Amino acid sequence: MSTALETTYRECVREAIRDALQRDPRVFLMGEDVGHYGGCYAVSKGLLAEFGEERIRDTPLSENGFTGIGIGAALGGLRPIVEIMTVNFSFLALDQIINNAATLLHMSGGAFNVPLVIRMATGAGRQLAAQHSHSMEGWYAHIPGLRVLTPATLEDARGMLWTALEDPDPVLIFEHVMLYNRAGSLAADAGPVDIERAAVRREGGDVTLLTYGGALHKTLEAAEALAAEGISAEVVDLRVLRPLDEATIVASVARTRRAVVVDEGWRSGGVSAEIATRIMERAFWELDAPVERVCGAEVPIPYPAHLEQAALPQVAGIVAAARRTLGR
Amino acid sequence: MADIVMPSLGADMESGRLAQWLIKPGDRIARGDVIAVVETQKGAIEIEAFEAGTVAGLAIGEGEEVPVGAVIARLEAPGEEAAGAEPAAAEPASAASPAPVEPAGPPLREPAAAPAPRPDGARRRVSPAARTLAARLGLDLAGLGPGSGPGGAVVSGDVRRAAEAVRAAGPPAAPPQGARAAGLDLEEMRKAIAAAMARSKREIPHYYLVQVVDLQAASDWLAARNAERSPEARLLIAVLLLKASALALREHGAFNGTWEDGAFRPGAGIHIGNAVAIRGGGLVAPAIHDVDRLDLETLMAKLRDLVTRARRGGLRSSELSDPTVTVSSLGERGVDRLLGVIYPPQVALLGFGRVGERVLARDGVAVVRQSVELSLAADHRVSDGHSGGLFLRRIADLLQEPDRLLA
Amino acid sequence: MLEELARIAPEADLESLAPAGDLRDELDIDSMDHLNLMIALHRRLGVEIPERDYPRLLSLDAAVAYLRTRGA
Repeated sequence: MSTALETTYRECVREAIRDALQRDPRVFLMGEDVGHYGGCYAVSKGLLAEFGEERIRDTPLSENGFTGIGIGAALGGLRPIVEIMTVNFSFLALDQIINNAATLLHMSGGAFNVPLVIRMATGAGRQLAAQHSHSMEGWYAHIPGLRVLTPATLEDARGMLWTALEDPDPVLIFEHVMLYNRAGSLAADAGPVDIERAAVRREGGDVTLLTYGGALHKTLEAAEALAAEGISAEVVDLRVLRPLDEATIVASVARTRRAVVVDEGWRSGGVSAEIATRIMERAFWELDAPVERVCGAEVPIPYPAHLEQAALPQVAGIVAAARRTLGR
Repeated sequence: MADIVMPSLGADMESGRLAQWLIKPGDRIARGDVIAVVETQKGAIEIEAFEAGTVAGLAIGEGEEVPVGAVIARLEAPGEEAAGAEPAAAEPASAASPAPVEPAGPPLREPAAAPAPRPDGARRRVSPAARTLAARLGLDLAGLGPGSGPGGAVVSGDVRRAAEAVRAAGPPAAPPQGARAAGLDLEEMRKAIAAAMARSKREIPHYYLVQVVDLQAASDWLAARNAERSPEARLLIAVLLLKASALALREHGAFNGTWEDGAFRPGAGIHIGNAVAIRGGGLVAPAIHDVDRLDLETLMAKLRDLVTRARRGGLRSSELSDPTVTVSSLGERGVDRLLGVIYPPQVALLGFGRVGERVLARDGVAVVRQSVELSLAADHRVSDGHSGGLFLRRIADLLQEPDRLLA
Repeated sequence: MLEELARIAPEADLESLAPAGDLRDELDIDSMDHLNLMIALHRRLGVEIPERDYPRLLSLDAAVAYLRTRGA
């Protein structure tokens, strides 16, 4: 038995990067302000002093440029971790991510893998307004050739990075900004975790709540509130948005016969739409109620705190949706 | 509790339609018993049980099509029955209600008639899960009032409670008979062949070898043997070719097995798929199991039975899922030589052309001999031409001394 | 004989069968089918048909003539 450490999501991500740098000399971190400033969310604080400028590299404000350098380094045999400050800025690098990283294996007839990991902050809640707060991981989950991870727990923040680096193909890791300060205990020997499967975070028999990333903890709170009403909710953390672990989703829904998808991203054409469709395709005859969705409001994320919160999924909305599936 | 799933009857099969149940809840079955008839692209196939036990419940009704791997029935292992009845669909939520028990008797298909419209003209709401469960339990939805689900929809919990009430009231009505599976659908079979053969040519690096085999000794031996026997007891030369192939495969295992997940898996036995042409255009290659261990009379009987069933329907699931190699004979209409396409995931196909007279050179003299062109199409990922040549040579040698095929 | 042929090749159109044509080509039957036909005729008519005589039963006309000579 290992002892548990009190730690935070931010420290878990930092430990994961430090661990990777120590394990494999081919690993290096680059991005805007990751070195001297310590990362805009302070994730990489202290790593420059520990590992030096060769392996902790500050880049110019040029997402397309340094993401391309990351792809080149990966093709050349290194194992780069590229940090993009927030998902909104990754749009500047879409050409590199989608036209190059995701396609080269295919375009080369299987000759060239791109073992690149890109980390990005995602999501709203810090009053950073409409150019720094969106949840665009669903967009990336649309792209064949990418693996899309959304660590929501300390274990996943600590464990997904190394497994992602071992993947021979590009992996995108989305870290929700509201998770960085989340504190909790983590086993001292916590290490790599799988990046294949969804996880049942709470078992229940009446309704399945499916979610990921920053919305997981609100969904767990909602499950607790539902339990007080005598409704037993199962909470599935998707963990991996591409490829989706359909088996876990379908198995849970087949047990509970009801599903609510909770997604901070927008409803139209998003992750929640995909999940609901998979349930229709694979578990239609198991359903006792239409699939419900609780999503971000279809507006650019507002700046004022009360409007920002109003635009995001909240516990009360999740509880209400779960009740509706039960006819209550 | 074990699940019986829709079996895969070949690499190209995605789903199957359950045509007829031959078991019902409460039946005790043994491994190998035929439990159902499934319609596939290869016709109506009899599904065999892989395990012994007691049928706990049927998960799908006759007429339903489900993907390969979907649960179609549940089985209690011998001795497990005492553990008590388990609900067909385990539901943690239903712990508070009494455990439902499957009614005795085959399930009803979902009632074909739509639920009666409500007086106000609105369609009555019945959830998909409620319909599924009602069909499985043989419950008529028409008798169910407003349900407890969203908008008064009838949900699976309502059906379960109603089924318990019905069971308390009396035995279920006699179920209607599901239609017996129809005959072969050659269009569907063509699709299956197209998928399998395209995959083969896409994935398998074939190499081909051909050898002329002198069959004079085998033909003479066969003629002498058949002359003493009535037609029922006569053998076809195909049986000698099959047996020789099987005995040679014992020593040349690289041609008997499958290529799966990037590696060769030797076959568990020598189960030879026999390519059988379907009149009107079609092909199926069901297996005869353990050909190397069968005497010639048994092999002949099995071949006759297999060809008959391949053409009329009634093949068994194991015959389609188990072949470890295929033998094809196309010489009946005069084809001298066939170069086969391997049936994936197998790794070899033996082809026999026309058995007949050819001029062969023997000791410096041209002689007319019964002979055949024997070909091998093999997967170069698993074997090389040299070992393929040795394999063909071994078959040819065995056919020179037919008495050795009796072993 | 037509009944037995219909049993062996149920999908064949026996109405349009040419009496002198080769049964193997006319009905697309193979050696297994032909052997089954020999078995059926043997059972039904009690006629011994040695294997060496098979070539004399390859068309409907020839088979009928052969079976007559064998006393069927």
